[in-house]
Amino acid sequence: MNKTLGRSIIKNRYVYLLLLPTVLYFVLFQYVPMYGILLAFKEYKIKAGILGSPWAGFDNFAQLIAQADFWQAFNNTIIISLGRILIEFPAAIILALLINEVTREKFKRVYQTVYTFPHFISWVIISGILLNFLGDSGVLNQLLVAFGFDKQAILTNPELFRPLLFISNMWKEVGWSAIIYMAAIAGINPELYEAAHVDGANRFQQLMAVTWPSIRGTAAILLILAVGQAMNGGFDQVFNLYNPGVYKTGDIIDTYVYRTAFSDGASFGVTTAIGLFKAVLNFALLYAANYIVKRLGGEGLV
Amino acid sequence: MEAAAETTKKKKKMPKPKPVWRGKTGVADYIIHAILILLTLCTIFPFYNVILMSFSDSVAISKQVVYLIPTTFDFSAYTYIFQESRFLNALLVTIFVTVVGTLINMFVTVTGAYALSKSGYPGRKFFMSMIIFTMFFSGGLIPFYLTMKNYGLVNNLFVMVLPVAINTFFLMICIAFLRSIPAALEESATIDGANELQILAKIIIPVSKPMLATITLFYAVDRWNEWWHGVLFMTDVKLLPLQALLRELLTNYAQLSTGIDISSVVTGAGFHPEMLKMAVLVVSALPIACLYPFLQKYFAKGVMIGSVKG
Repeated sequence: MNKTLGRSIIKNRYVYLLLLPTVLYFVLFQYVPMYGILLAFKEYKIKAGILGSPWAGFDNFAQLIAQADFWQAFNNTIIISLGRILIEFPAAIILALLINEVTREKFKRVYQTVYTFPHFISWVIISGILLNFLGDSGVLNQLLVAFGFDKQAILTNPELFRPLLFISNMWKEVGWSAIIYMAAIAGINPELYEAAHVDGANRFQQLMAVTWPSIRGTAAILLILAVGQAMNGGFDQVFNLYNPGVYKTGDIIDTYVYRTAFSDGASFGVTTAIGLFKAVLNFALLYAANYIVKRLGGEGLV
Repeated sequence: MEAAAETTKKKKKMPKPKPVWRGKTGVADYIIHAILILLTLCTIFPFYNVILMSFSDSVAISKQVVYLIPTTFDFSAYTYIFQESRFLNALLVTIFVTVVGTLINMFVTVTGAYALSKSGYPGRKFFMSMIIFTMFFSGGLIPFYLTMKNYGLVNNLFVMVLPVAINTFFLMICIAFLRSIPAALEESATIDGANELQILAKIIIPVSKPMLATITLFYAVDRWNEWWHGVLFMTDVKLLPLQALLRELLTNYAQLSTGIDISSVVTGAGFHPEMLKMAVLVVSALPIACLYPFLQKYFAKGVMIGSVKG
């Protein structure tokens, strides 16, 4: 047995050689940092390093639970993620269905090309565009004034921050998210539509009877993945758009960790504990969502 | 042969007849087009506006309710930034990250994807699960930061390249594609006694060129858009990539950290600080806009399909 294993390894030595850079990457940049999770249970001392720092049991978690700002960020993250799942997630499906109703291939392609473009632009640039567009002398305020309304400080208004997140993220990503559904729709056998037509189904009935069932599986998988990211809330976007004026509604766990650790000098032990807390919750949510989808008769992730 | 080519050409020119099951063109079609056109305008307009703002002076802007039609072309913000050493520095950093980063990305991704696309060697399943696990679990920000610090990557350009050497999603796409290559192609070479390195270089890479071109573009866009590792790890402002510099300008910390004093720019060069921000923004987005037609050609064909379910 061992002999054949050894022989098999030798036979595939070049395969292992090719795999080496990839394995090195995952070990050095994904798995080695994971051992730093130990810090969540330690009191971090710079001089002692991760391993040398003294153990602190669950002290970091106790401190964390006592922080009101943490719970604010926690609640915001959940509300923002929920909003994304309820608003942004269906928007991509609806857009794909709308584009699919366009019969001329040329128009279809133009729409798709335009809607997908912002996906490739970073949130730094998009935030600059939004500052320009929604700022004090931006286009939106010029329009408001022209129509006799008062100027609005959109970017610093905590009431408007979450809608701003949803709308701007849809503006950036909805076209890209729609592509996967469009691909699933493109794979539908046209005979199904013909049969539905013969049976007297109108376009909306065809949509419900043919199109939707064929993208439902894709939607379920993407939903599971979205739920598994629920504790993230979209760091790049929030980090580039938020400001102290909107912490109340817009500060999420990731921005809270970054800010407290690197600007406010919070303990690395506590902030690591937050990261661990978040990662475990994400993993649990992913698992739960997968389980529920399977229970409901859908195809899960694994 | 030629005649056949001609008929396919003709076929392409003819608009496809509308499928019967769609029914007649009706009100619904007009509503759908109206919605989609409105969305198109909403997508394009903010970009258009930014470009306009980058070369328009404030007097001209205030004359129109919404500044739609440019009346002045003042390129002083552009001439200013291309003389400004901090900007040029950041541009160079970004070019370095894009070129070196994409090369490393492609090297690691292609070798790894090829090895993982093969089956029948011990450990393959283990390596796959090891990779997939990282898609759903990570150590978090602080452990990542401390580890990179331990590696000596603070204030080191490679911090914007090495920790992102593989995008797991792109790796999975690559594996899925390589699996779809007929095994017969490789088998003939194996009989001739070629090893896996030779097969990869002589057979696999040549037949995968379109897919590799796509992945290269996706990686290049990601590297060009680098800002986060710059913000996190660079205390030396000379090492900031372009988009991290843009971020500093936008958040008005410019004077403190980048040394570009926006207020002196206003008095000195005689243009509005907004113009400067918008000019840097346009330069940051321009390469992506130029690459976009090539990118778009491929992903529309469904390169991304099949990867969601690894």
